[in-house]
Amino acid sequence: MKYAAKRIAMLLVTMVIVSLLAFVAFDLISGDPATAMLGTAATPEKVAALRAELGLDRPLLVRYGEWLVGFFTGNLGISYSYGQPVWELISSKVLVTLVLSLMSFVLIVAVSIPLGLRSAVGGGKLEGVRDGVRTVINQLCMAVPPFFTGILLSWLFGTVLHWFIHGQFPGFAHDPLGSLGYLLFAAISLAIPRIAMTTRMLRGTIREELQKDYVRTAISRGNDRKGVLRRHVLKNSLVVTVTFLAQTMAEIVAGSIVVEQVFAIPGLGRMLVASISSRDYPTVQAIVVILAFWVVLAGTVADLINQRIDPRLRLGGRPV
Amino acid sequence: MSEDLVLSLRHVTSGYRDGGLFRRGAVQEVLHDVSFDVRHGEILGLVGESGTGKSTLARTILGMLRPDSGEVVHYTKRPQMIFQDPYSSLNPAYSVEWTLEEPLRIYGKYDRAERKRRVREMLSRVELPEECLKARPGELSGGQRQRVSIAAALIRRPRFLIADEPVSALDVTIQAQILELLRQLRQELDLSYLFISHDLNVVYQLCDRVLVMKSGRIVEQGTVEEIFEHPQDPYTRQLLEAAQ
Repeated sequence: MKYAAKRIAMLLVTMVIVSLLAFVAFDLISGDPATAMLGTAATPEKVAALRAELGLDRPLLVRYGEWLVGFFTGNLGISYSYGQPVWELISSKVLVTLVLSLMSFVLIVAVSIPLGLRSAVGGGKLEGVRDGVRTVINQLCMAVPPFFTGILLSWLFGTVLHWFIHGQFPGFAHDPLGSLGYLLFAAISLAIPRIAMTTRMLRGTIREELQKDYVRTAISRGNDRKGVLRRHVLKNSLVVTVTFLAQTMAEIVAGSIVVEQVFAIPGLGRMLVASISSRDYPTVQAIVVILAFWVVLAGTVADLINQRIDPRLRLGGRPV
Repeated sequence: MSEDLVLSLRHVTSGYRDGGLFRRGAVQEVLHDVSFDVRHGEILGLVGESGTGKSTLARTILGMLRPDSGEVVHYTKRPQMIFQDPYSSLNPAYSVEWTLEEPLRIYGKYDRAERKRRVREMLSRVELPEECLKARPGELSGGQRQRVSIAAALIRRPRFLIADEPVSALDVTIQAQILELLRQLRQELDLSYLFISHDLNVVYQLCDRVLVMKSGRIVEQGTVEEIFEHPQDPYTRQLLEAAQ
């Protein structure tokens, strides 16, 4: 329990650092929100007046401090571009991206775990041939980027088969099932390369584990192949797998930004890209923090799970 | 006669086949025409340099490797094995209690309470304190781990035990304690051992009879006195000289 408290404290510290870095980064990149809002023809006086109105003339740390206080009191600020509270603007989009990421994650777990197990155990006739075929398919899937698969899937199921209409996301409030169907194709294109990677990782980990001495002991104590795999090898492969899946979650979040563009999904990723180009800092800042939170949370959950599986993995402790 | 035996091997030849996709694979024979008996209640030593096929012999006896010819006859049920390295031969993810209980769980004849009772009884037979039950292998010393390995091997009450270099990974004082434990358990549980070792001093201390193996063949066998006092085979003499 103490471990969990420590880990959550670490999460909070990480989040503060991430948000500060995001704040500094957008201050450093060229382009000014006031100019973006007023257009390049605006007089310097007008720009300066707007900067003062937005509070951009004050020191960075003061602005950051204000933002942080606002964040913890549930006020994410007002969007420069839309003049609306940021939270109102992004709340529906958070759900879309969340559902997309989770769908993709579930797909990865559901497909790669059975595949990885099967390919690790192997054996039987023509194992060599099957192994070769598997490697080729695996590398192919890993090499094709999600945006390309996305374009293909979007063309095939959208343009040709009309399973969904590209660019017309129904929205969860309006049509939950239709929305899930729309997101499924994006989730698949996000998942494919990661399914390949996870399968490969599992295969490697389990194969390595099967070579260990305790497996031989377990067989001599009366375990059959299945029992060894289920009771001995899986538990020891679990820590590596959970860690890997947490990284996968981070990759999904990053990948979703691109895939949302391809499928015209009104999620955080699309909003992020649009807000960066219009220098809508309050919106950008909020989205970056939410996405980062999602990633850091995945890491924290993975650590907590791993610690339950193997108590030797204490924070700062050394494995015996 | 055969009532007094726990195991006999007759002309056993065994080895590994490195099969590939396109070729049938050559057979690499490791054991050649091996014959011997293990008698009830004895500790039979098996000595020889590393790479002579001692572990292959153990695997063949346990049925993990099928002999290419000859026969392996067991007169007892469920022979068990103790392995050399107590650090790697226990699953690091599980507690001692889990590891000891597992063979009983697989066997499936005992209920939970009976399994727990047997685990505790065996733990005290190998002279480990009850606190060890909740520990994982990583928290135990080498000697304690080897006691856990012995307990796990004995939990289903085999009558015959193969010990493959069970003390060679341990330091000398711990070695002596484990050997004493093995001796004691033989009395208490009416066991017979095949004790594999490259350490002739250990074999001399513990064993009743000795097999000397070289390049997959038994070159000499006899009582400890016969082998150590009057070795017949040149290889045996060579081994003894090297151990002086």
